[in-house]
Amino acid sequence: MNNSFVNTARLLGAGLRALLVLTLVTGVLYPLAVTGVAQALFTGRANGSEVEADGRVVGSSLIGQRYDLPPKKGGRAPAPDLRWFQGRPSNGLGTNSVNTQYTLILSGATNLAADNTVLIRQVEDARAAVVRDNTVPGWTVRPADVPADAVTSSGSGLDPDISPQYARLQVHRVAARNHLPVARVERLVDDHVQGRTLGFIGEPRVDVLALNTALRALTKGH
Amino acid sequence: MGPVLAGVLQLLALIGALGLAHVPLGSYMARVYSSDRHWRVERWVYRSIGADPDTQMRWPAYLRGVLAFSTVSVLLLYLLQRIQGVLPLSMGFRSIDPAQAFNTAASFVTNTNWQSYYGEQTMGHVVQTAGLAVQNFVSAAVGIAVAVALVRGFARSRTGDLGNFWTDLVRGTVRILVPLAAVAAVVLVACGAIQNFSGIHEVGQFMGGSQQWNGGAVASQEAIKEIGTNGGGYFNANSAHPFENPSPFTNLFEIFLILVIPFSLTRTFGLMVGSVRQGYAILATMAAIWVGFTALMMWTEFAHHEGALQIAGGSMEGKEVRFGVGGSSIFAVATTLTSTGAVDSFHSSFTGLGGGIALLSMMLGEIAPGGTGSGLYGILIMAIIAVFIAGLMVGRTPEYLGKKIGSREIKLAAVYILVTPALVLVFTAVSMALPTPPHSMLNPGAHGFSEVLYAFTSAANNNGSAFAGLNANTDWFNTMTGLAMLLGRFLPMVFVLALAGSLAGQKPVPTTAGTLRTEKPLFTGLLVGAILIITGLTYFPALALGPLAEGLAS
Repeated sequence: MNNSFVNTARLLGAGLRALLVLTLVTGVLYPLAVTGVAQALFTGRANGSEVEADGRVVGSSLIGQRYDLPPKKGGRAPAPDLRWFQGRPSNGLGTNSVNTQYTLILSGATNLAADNTVLIRQVEDARAAVVRDNTVPGWTVRPADVPADAVTSSGSGLDPDISPQYARLQVHRVAARNHLPVARVERLVDDHVQGRTLGFIGEPRVDVLALNTALRALTKGH
Repeated sequence: MGPVLAGVLQLLALIGALGLAHVPLGSYMARVYSSDRHWRVERWVYRSIGADPDTQMRWPAYLRGVLAFSTVSVLLLYLLQRIQGVLPLSMGFRSIDPAQAFNTAASFVTNTNWQSYYGEQTMGHVVQTAGLAVQNFVSAAVGIAVAVALVRGFARSRTGDLGNFWTDLVRGTVRILVPLAAVAAVVLVACGAIQNFSGIHEVGQFMGGSQQWNGGAVASQEAIKEIGTNGGGYFNANSAHPFENPSPFTNLFEIFLILVIPFSLTRTFGLMVGSVRQGYAILATMAAIWVGFTALMMWTEFAHHEGALQIAGGSMEGKEVRFGVGGSSIFAVATTLTSTGAVDSFHSSFTGLGGGIALLSMMLGEIAPGGTGSGLYGILIMAIIAVFIAGLMVGRTPEYLGKKIGSREIKLAAVYILVTPALVLVFTAVSMALPTPPHSMLNPGAHGFSEVLYAFTSAANNNGSAFAGLNANTDWFNTMTGLAMLLGRFLPMVFVLALAGSLAGQKPVPTTAGTLRTEKPLFTGLLVGAILIITGLTYFPALALGPLAEGLAS
């Protein structure tokens, strides 16, 4: 009995020492070495791919943002600023609840099932809004023209991209709101379409922040 | 090119890349576990442990090593979370509550990486890198060690010796996982994954004002999270978060990392038992199931004949534009057929049948190709069951790899395959029967039941993915999924090591004309059939109540 207790203690001691040594290798040396290499070779990317425009940081090329009008009184959901290209819905985003000294955005999806009436309503409302917002005199958007990414929330809630179809659908509205020729805005979108990597990996997409940054530069030069 | 063709080409590219890595990595791993030389850094580690790396262990000693190391791991990881509030570099994050700390410790030590917390608002730098990421390495190394011990059981005769646990643990970490992870982490950073210790900081926004972001050692953790089939995300959105998985290429690369060790281990197995063709038969079984499930998943996700997805015109809820339906489907099957559980899209919003395929993938026992190590020992157990069934059909004592499958062996294999379904079904049934646990469900109806079934399937099989609408941060789910993870990891290991010891003690049986040729396609077919039928019969009633009811209703 006593002997087996001693043996167990000795074994646990060996386990503890093994864990501590392997923690040093995999939990201290490994992350520090990778950080060193990353910071030396890929400084911008290792720090979040921040994008600057007009001398100030406007976000990250990887993280989606909202392009809304300033919130109105009464706490209603902010309305989209229709001068700018709009990204995907992000109904799965959460707000920081644990450490409230920060206002962190919590990434996430809605996790709603396809047959859930809440999700069905979200999709229908989003599509009605896309049709309404993007129909301008001389250009009618039909519900069937609205692509899936425009009416569904992404996995992270921070999807920086939209499909080229959704970007093109917004061209007439953006041109009208910014008093730009439609052809000019169309060309802007075409310039920002990224195809599949090597022709087959992933899906074609448009980075909304890059597109809006270029649009702002265009309106300023106008 | 349409998205379906692009998805198929991505799958083919993945098969090609895995094929290229198979021989070099599989052979390298065989050398790692067969070599009698020690690296200098390893000698230093053995001295600190106080272990002689050349002592051979019989199965009880090997098991005691596994259990002692894992016990200490759970305790230390629990402690680290409980004192987070006073640790440096914690960015002001508080200590974790006992139930959640237990759940998380059990989760990461068992290679499950189920998360009942939001990464970005809960875990500071020290817990993430020196606690959670460390277990990403060592839990994977423990899994490979146990698999290698079983392979030695087949390869050796008239001895009880299965190798040395400390040697296998240290070599797996130092020679395989760390070098692979270091290279992969740098590739991920080069594509945009972040790697810094900058903490929470303000970043300007396009419309003015600013937002707050976490920094962190994300790429280094992401790399081992996939290579070690772990799956615990730095951020809540896991591999859907652009800082973890920034581009279409990294998505495919991460799927490759998930699959490369489990598939390559079949070559390691073949070399160690002295017949590469035996390894190919196992590989073919795994590959057939993996490709079949991926094709099914793509079919149902591209077809999207259901409710909100049909109205939206595409199965894009919970999916990222850069990955699309194809890339997300391939990821979802790879992560659930291994014990990974990382997600680049949210399974709860897949079609009903798509969610069912993810569930069934885990229910197969995660053996195609399965987790690092656990996949190999899982499928070898199924191979024993398959030769037993074949033996019954012809009335011969079954043999596998020159070893008799007698009553002791078949009992151990049978208990192994009963443990996980028992845990899944009992925990799910109790949770549904009690008054409060069902309050955690987000979705109504059949999908709500699927959330609970998915949670315990994921926990007991050490996967870690979720139908994440379920509020799992309750005392009930934290405690019960924690127990399911521990029992689902270590009980099967007991049976595997006991089996290994029993096989190693036998004398080899000569191959005769009556021996079932387990390296032939006929056996692969038998094995695929045994896997699907045994799992199908075990779980069909539960699946019928959840995903089948949902998927067939529309």
